[in-house]
Amino acid sequence: MLFFSFFKTLIGKTVAVELKNDVILTGTLHSCDQYLNLKLSSVTVVNGDKYPQLGCLKNAFVRGSVVRYVQIPSGEVNTELLEDATRKENAPKKREVAK
Amino acid sequence: MASTIKELIDKKVNVVCVDGRNLIGILSGYDQLQNLVLTDCHERSYSSTSPVELVPLGVYIVRGDSLAILGELDVEEDAKRDLGGIRAEPVRPVLHTQS
Repeated sequence: MLFFSFFKTLIGKTVAVELKNDVILTGTLHSCDQYLNLKLSSVTVVNGDKYPQLGCLKNAFVRGSVVRYVQIPSGEVNTELLEDATRKENAPKKREVAK
Repeated sequence: MASTIKELIDKKVNVVCVDGRNLIGILSGYDQLQNLVLTDCHERSYSSTSPVELVPLGVYIVRGDSLAILGELDVEEDAKRDLGGIRAEPVRPVLHTQS
């Protein structure tokens, strides 16, 4: 759930999504769901002349399962906050103390 | 915000499958697993040695786990292209995918 929330904070930012078929799409992150399926608007394909198949896209829905990397603008990420949140998420759950 | 594909319904869409195939059709239906119903569908088969081959398919159901990219096709831009003159390697298949 943490990374879903994290990706939600990136909505509206420009990201580059590298897929497991080596295609790289750049565009504005339009939305994201719990499976990390991503929707990009104003998409361009890196090395576009190699991929005429993807030439005339207005927007793209990318299935989360085919994403290899998402490159995000470093200025948009508070890594300390993210690290803290990750630790918190993985911290052992405190047992309720019986009175 | 859920990353739905509702806005693409009844639009002409371009589907890139995990095996690298490229399907064009009207998106008539979908579900939460991104299973798709495409009507008036055809495959564009790209090759580096011969022109783009159009294979008429009719109504097609694409299982969600074999979907890689789903995008709205810019119909006007697409009509301007001369598919017969395009030579390109097919998109590579997706490796290591899990739904």
